[in-house]
Amino acid sequence: MNGVWITVLRRDLLLAFRRRSDVATTLFFFLIVSSLFPLGIGPEPAVLSSIAPGVLWVAALLAGMLSLTRLFATDFADGSLEQMLLAPQPLTLMVTAKVLAHWLVCGLPVVVLAPLIGLQYALQNDALFVLIISLLLGTPALSLIGAIGAALTLGVRGSGLLMALLVLPLYIPVLIFGAGAVAASQHGMSAQAHLSLLAACSLLALVLAPLATAAALRISVE
Amino acid sequence: MSINWFKYSSPQTFYPLAGKMIPWFAFLATIFAIAGLYISFAVAPTDFQQGEAYRIIFVHVPAAWMSMVIYIAMAGWAALGLALNARLSAMMAQALAPTGAIFTLLALVTGSLWGKPMWGAWWVWDARLTSELILLFLYLGFIALQSSIDDPRRADRAGALLALVGVVNVPIIYFSVKWWNTLHQGSSINMGAAPKMAATMLMGMLLMALAFWMYTVAVALMRVRCIMLERERSSDWVKALSVSTGEKL
Repeated sequence: MNGVWITVLRRDLLLAFRRRSDVATTLFFFLIVSSLFPLGIGPEPAVLSSIAPGVLWVAALLAGMLSLTRLFATDFADGSLEQMLLAPQPLTLMVTAKVLAHWLVCGLPVVVLAPLIGLQYALQNDALFVLIISLLLGTPALSLIGAIGAALTLGVRGSGLLMALLVLPLYIPVLIFGAGAVAASQHGMSAQAHLSLLAACSLLALVLAPLATAAALRISVE
Repeated sequence: MSINWFKYSSPQTFYPLAGKMIPWFAFLATIFAIAGLYISFAVAPTDFQQGEAYRIIFVHVPAAWMSMVIYIAMAGWAALGLALNARLSAMMAQALAPTGAIFTLLALVTGSLWGKPMWGAWWVWDARLTSELILLFLYLGFIALQSSIDDPRRADRAGALLALVGVVNVPIIYFSVKWWNTLHQGSSINMGAAPKMAATMLMGMLLMALAFWMYTVAVALMRVRCIMLERERSSDWVKALSVSTGEKL
């Protein structure tokens, strides 16, 4: 049981390492999108720091979603996904490993990079700290929920846009609590309630999303 | 005595039954709509605060109710289709989706028409408005997913899974939007403390809700008949039907 989990995780991380440019693209996308807003809105620090929580969270959410379209697509193309479906080990376990690998490769770098962009948006120390914590707690939920969309749209024409249509409405709670946590700390309130809810979203997604993803994969590959 | 619960679960037996049911539901929808509209526009008193503009709620509130009920019904049919592997359930889910999306849109449009004279704005980021908008997105996602998969079996099951994921998420989305709203907005609009409604107003609203309900059943049955013919076009019973009616299907 543990063996297959470690194997899939190691394999996906190795594949990601071999295709480093894919990871870089996600990060650059995050950087560029969040740099566009000051150019469109103006360099006023007060305005920037008030829109920063929402903008950074939306940018992180879009970056994660765009990279999710690749989560199962390459495995589907080369046939290794079918082998995973045929394997005697539970598919949910392998899905969890794949999602974790995706998060380590695409989610974690965004979390690390976010405070840097937060500085450009004139965020204060407390808010920066809460931003990191909220992204750490919330981005796993994004990867987990997004995996359902990626599995449902596998091999469908126009899957990228379709996936956005399916997944973005489901991301709304995470966005609200994540950006809310940062905004609360900016206003001198405690962010704890938002962070707790964010962690709850991630835990709930951890329990339910792999099951739904595995079912969706079976439907798509069948 | 044993009842065959699955007698009407095959398209072949359900097709004529649906055809017989449609006129009845359409008739009931018309009766209820006439009665409801009469009460809403002629009998119900003018609201002392909102004037005549409040009368839009006779369409708005039932439409909003239906938008939620249809989503739940759709997810129920979808779950039944997944669990029992029944073709007809999946077709029902597919047939309900456009009507649900239309009612959601109707609720949003009538809501903004009501909002302009009452709140002075076409759109307010109120918790109910926002979650209704998100519900519209969920419907559109379901329709888009189903229509972009060519294989009908896969489209059914993928759509069913999406509807179930949506149904789990709807309460989470609703509460998150509600809390977000209380954090961001002052109490400029208080929809929770609505004044007590007059009995005739409630009556008009209930009649309109019944009319919408009957309309939904009639339209969904019509649509499911079309879906049945389309999907089963190469089966014997559709061919026999086409011979007996003399129409080329």
